[in-house]
Amino acid sequence: MSTATSTASEGKHYLNAKHTVLSWLLTVDHKRIGMMYLVSLVVFFLIGGAAAVLFRLELMTPAGDLLRSETYNKLFTMHGIVMIFFFLIPSIPAVLGNFLLPIMVGTRDVAFPKLNLASWYVFMLGGILAFVAIVGGGVDTGWTFYTPYSTMYANSNVILAVCGAFIAGFSSIMTALNFVVTIHKMRAPGLTWFRLPLFVWAMYATSLVVLLGTPVVAITLVMIFVERAFGLGIFNPALGGDPVLFQHLFWFYSHPAVYIMILPSMGVVSEIIACFSRRRIYGYKFVAYSSLAIAVIGFFVWGHHMFVSSQSTYAGMIFSFLTFFVAVPTAIKVLNWTMTMYKGSISLEAPMLYAFGFLGLFTIGGMTGLFLSTLATDIHLHDTYFVVAHFHYVMVGGGVMGFLGGLHFWWPKMTGRMYPEGWAIFAAIVIFVGFNLTFFPQFQLGYHGMPRRYHEYPADFQVLHIMSTAGASVLGFGYLLMAGYLGWSLKFGKKAGANPWDARGLEWETSSPPPTENFLVPPVVRHEAYAYEFESETSPESHPSSESSA
Amino acid sequence: MSDSHPSYLAHQFDDVEQQRQASTMGIWLFLITEVMFFGGLFTGYIVYRGMYPEAWKLGSHELNILLGAINTAVLILSSLTMALSVHAAQLGEQKKLSRNLLATIGLGGVFLVIKAFEYKAKFGHHLVPGEHFHFEGPFSNQVQLFYSFYFTMTGMHAIHMVIGIGILFWLWAQSRKGKFHKDYYNPVEVTGLYWHFVDLVWIFLFPLLYLIGRH
Amino acid sequence: MKSVFSLLPDQASEFARQIDHLYLFISAVSVFFVLLAALLVIVFAVKYRRRPGDKRPEPPHDDSTLEIVAGSGLLVLLMVMFFWGAKLYFQGNQPPKDAMEILVTGKQWMWKLQHPNGKKEINTLHIPVNQAVKLTMTSEDVIHSFYVPAFRVKNDVLPGRYTQVWFQPNKEGTYHLFCAEYCGNEHSRMVGFVQVLSQEGYEKWLLSSGGTAAGAAAATGGGAAQESPVDAGARLFAEYGCATCHHSEAGALGPNLAGTFGAEQMLMDGTSVIADENYLRESILNSQAKIVAGYAPVMPLFQGMISDEEVTQIIAYIKSLSTAGTDG
Repeated sequence: MSTATSTASEGKHYLNAKHTVLSWLLTVDHKRIGMMYLVSLVVFFLIGGAAAVLFRLELMTPAGDLLRSETYNKLFTMHGIVMIFFFLIPSIPAVLGNFLLPIMVGTRDVAFPKLNLASWYVFMLGGILAFVAIVGGGVDTGWTFYTPYSTMYANSNVILAVCGAFIAGFSSIMTALNFVVTIHKMRAPGLTWFRLPLFVWAMYATSLVVLLGTPVVAITLVMIFVERAFGLGIFNPALGGDPVLFQHLFWFYSHPAVYIMILPSMGVVSEIIACFSRRRIYGYKFVAYSSLAIAVIGFFVWGHHMFVSSQSTYAGMIFSFLTFFVAVPTAIKVLNWTMTMYKGSISLEAPMLYAFGFLGLFTIGGMTGLFLSTLATDIHLHDTYFVVAHFHYVMVGGGVMGFLGGLHFWWPKMTGRMYPEGWAIFAAIVIFVGFNLTFFPQFQLGYHGMPRRYHEYPADFQVLHIMSTAGASVLGFGYLLMAGYLGWSLKFGKKAGANPWDARGLEWETSSPPPTENFLVPPVVRHEAYAYEFESETSPESHPSSESSA
Repeated sequence: MSDSHPSYLAHQFDDVEQQRQASTMGIWLFLITEVMFFGGLFTGYIVYRGMYPEAWKLGSHELNILLGAINTAVLILSSLTMALSVHAAQLGEQKKLSRNLLATIGLGGVFLVIKAFEYKAKFGHHLVPGEHFHFEGPFSNQVQLFYSFYFTMTGMHAIHMVIGIGILFWLWAQSRKGKFHKDYYNPVEVTGLYWHFVDLVWIFLFPLLYLIGRH
Repeated sequence: MKSVFSLLPDQASEFARQIDHLYLFISAVSVFFVLLAALLVIVFAVKYRRRPGDKRPEPPHDDSTLEIVAGSGLLVLLMVMFFWGAKLYFQGNQPPKDAMEILVTGKQWMWKLQHPNGKKEINTLHIPVNQAVKLTMTSEDVIHSFYVPAFRVKNDVLPGRYTQVWFQPNKEGTYHLFCAEYCGNEHSRMVGFVQVLSQEGYEKWLLSSGGTAAGAAAATGGGAAQESPVDAGARLFAEYGCATCHHSEAGALGPNLAGTFGAEQMLMDGTSVIADENYLRESILNSQAKIVAGYAPVMPLFQGMISDEEVTQIIAYIKSLSTAGTDG
C-alpha cells in the first residue's frame, strides 16, 4: 500500500488492517460496523425504493390496472416499514454516527464495541424477518399497524413484520446507549461539552429520543403480537378494548421517531455549513440546546396524529398548542444556519449543495407542518396526500438530504477517496429537482381531497399523479447516478488527504481513512468547535483544488 | 497512557475507573429503557382499570394470593442473595460469590416454577383469554381484558427472569474461573442492578394484579 | 368538481369557506418564510462566495438576542394560527340543535346510511341544501373515516362506539365521499357521493322508492327500509321489554328515560356522566358498568343479544324522548 502523504506510520488503516470476510463479520471496530450498516442500508433502500417505483407506476392511471389492490396495499406497507424502520431511523446514527462519533470525541472506539457489533446483527435479523414477511406473502396493514385491522382483520404476515420491527428496535437502542455513554465518559482531554461538534449534540439528543421512545413502541408491538398470535384481547373492541389506545401508544414513539430521523440531519448540516462558510455556527449554544428542546417537546405532541380519531376536543387543543412549540426551535435553527453564511467565505461544493437542498426542502416540510398542527385545517388534510407530501419533505427532503450531504462530506474520510465533484453537483441538482417534482404536486392533491393509501382514485386527480410519477423517475435516476459515481470513486477516485475540505474537528486531524485505533497519538483539544479562524495543521496542501487554502 | 493495560481492561478505555463508570452508566440507561417498556403496559393497565374497575376487581379475586405472596417473598430473598453476590465479588471472595449466584439462580427458578403452576391453574379455570375463556357474570368480556393484561405483564416479567437466570449462569461459570476480583467486578454489579430491577417490577405487579379491592 | 389546478377545491359549506381562509393565511405565511429563507441563502451564497486570497472570516459574535426576538415574533404568529384553528375546530365539533340526524355505519367496504324517516341507502348520501346535517357514525369492523372534501370535514368511524360529524351544505351539487382511514383491500373503493338537493328535491327523493333505496334495502337485508330509526327503536323498546322497568310511574325499577339524553346522570359511585350516545350504548350492552344512583343493578346485559343496528335505533328512540317535549 502506498500513500500520498509522507507520515511514516501511515499506510495501515482500518480498511486494509485485515482482509478476510470474517475480519469484517467479527469486527468490533466502530468504523467497520458503520460501513457494514451502510451496505445493509443501501440494500434496504433499494427494496423500499423498488416498492415505491411499482406503486407510483400504478398511480399513473385512476383505475387499478397494473396491480391488484392487495398487491398495492402490500407495496405501500413494505415501502413504509422498510424505509422507516430499516433505512431512515438507522441511516445517519448507524452509519455516520457509528463511524464518526468516537473519532469526533477523540477516543478509540465506542464504549461497548461488542454491543455495537451485536446491534448490527440484531438489525439484520429484524431486517431478514421483515424481508421474509414481505416475500412470504406480504403485509398489508400500513406501517402504522392500526388495530383492529392489524389484529383481527388483516390476512397477511403481520406477526413476522411486527417481530422484525420489534427486533430492529433493539439495534437502535444499543446504538443509542453506546453513543450516550461514549459522549459522557470518553471525551478527549480538553473536549468540554460546549466544544463538541453540533453533530455530536444532535446524536446525543437523538439517542435520548431512541432510549425513551423505542421501548414504548416495542411493548406496543408486543401487545399486537400477543393479540394476534395468542388471541389475547387488548385492543379488541368486542371485549371493551380501545383501538384508539393503540394509536396513543404507537404515536408516543412514532412521533418522536420523526425527530430520530431529522435531528441527525440537522447535526450534519451544521457541520457542512460551518465548513463551507469557514465560520463557526451562528449561535452554537442555541443550536445545541434546541436539539435537546426538540427532543423533549417532541414527546408531548403525539396526539396531533389523532385530531379526527375521536380524541376529546380539549385533548386536541392541548396537542395542537404544544405542537406549535416544536416549530419555534426548529425555525430558529434555520435562521442560525442562514446567519452562519452571512459574512462567511462560502464555497459551493457538493456537500454544501446538499445542505442547501436540506434547507429548502426542510423549510417547506416544516412550514407545511403548520397546516397539520392547526386543528381546523388538519381535519380536512388528515390522511390525505398533503400529509404524504409533508412527511416526505421532512423525512426525505430533510432526513435523506442530510444523510447524502453527510455521506459526501465524510466520504473522503471514510474511504480515503474523492468522488468526481462535477458528477456529484449534477446528481445533487437532479435529486433536488426530482424530489420537488414528485412531492410538490401532492400538496395540491391533498388539499383537493385525495386520500392516501388509495389504489384507485377519481380521474380528476390524474394529472397531478402523473407529474408525481414523472418526478419519481427523475429522483430515482439521481439516486442511481450517485450510487454509480460513489462506487466508481472507491477504485478510481483521487486519493483524499487527511483534510480535503480544510475542515475543523478531530476527524480531520487523523489520516483518511483513519487507522484502526483512530489516532496514532491521542488527541488533546485546545480550541472551541469550528475554529475556522485559525489555520489547521492538516491544511490540505495535497488537496486537488488547492486555491482554497490561503 | 503507556501504563500497562490489564487483561480485564477493554482496549477502548484508558483506565479501570473509566470502564467501571461506563458500564454503570450503560446499565442505568438500559434500565431507563426498561422502565419505558413496562411503562407502556402499565399505562394500558391503568387506562382499562379506570374504565372497568369492577371487572378488574373480579378478575383479581380469581388469582391465587398465596402463591403470589410466596413468589414475592422468593424474589425479595433472591434480591438479597444477589446483593450478597455483588458484595462478595467486590471483596474478591470467590466461594461466597459462586454460592450466592447459585442461590439467586435457584430462587429465580423457584419463582418460575410457582408461576408455571399458576398459569396451569388458569388454563384449568378457563381464565386464559381466547376462545375457551369463560367467566360467569356480567363482566366476562372485561375480565378477559384483565387476564390479557395479567398474562402479558407477568409473561414479559417472566421472560426477563429467564434472561436474567441465563446471565447469572454465565456469571457463575466465569466466577468459577476466578474472573472476578476486587479490581474487576462490573459484570456482577451490572447484572445485580438488572436483577433488582426485575424484582422491582414484580413488586409493582403483585399489588396491581393480585390485591385489587382486598382489604 | 373543480380542476385540480385551481387554488381551492369545491366549497360547499360556510365551514369550508372559513377553513379556506385559514388555509390561505397559513399558505401566505409559509410562502413568505420559504421565499425569505431561499432568498437569504442565495444572496449570501453569491455575495460572500469565496474568492482567491480571501481572509478567513471573523467568527460570529452572537448573543442570543436575534434568536429570542425572532423566536418570540414567530410564536406570536403561530399562536394566531392556533387560536384561529382551535376556534373553527371547536365550532366543527358542535352540531346545531336542529340538525337532521343521519345514521352511518361503515363496514368493509361500504357506507350504510339511514335517514330520519327510515330510508336507507348505500354509498350515496342525499341531503337537502341549507339544512344542518349531523351524522352519528359507527363501524361494524375496522376503523374507517368519513370524509367529504367539499365540506372540509372528516371523522374516524370506530367499532364499538359512536362518533359524530356535521355540516351544512350551501350549494347543490354532487361531491365526493371518501373513506380516509386505511381499512383493507378495497379501501379505495369505499367511496361514494354526497348529493346535495334542493329542499323539494330531497322531499321528493325521500318519498321515491327509487333504485337506490330498494337496492339498499336488499343489500342490508332489511324489509323495514321505511321504518324510521325512532319508530324501530320504539318497537324494539317494547319487544325487549324495556318499558317494564323504564317507565314514569312510581316504583319503576329503572330510571325513566324521558329527558335523559344529554342530561347529567348521578351514578351510584358518586360520580356523574353526561348521557350521550356512548353512555347509552354502554348502558344497554353492559348495563352494570355505570348505574344511576338510586337504582339497583338488576338490568340484564344485552351484549351479544342485540345487534349494533338495534342499539342505534333504541338510542334514536331514547333521544327522541328528550327532544319531543318536556313531559316526562
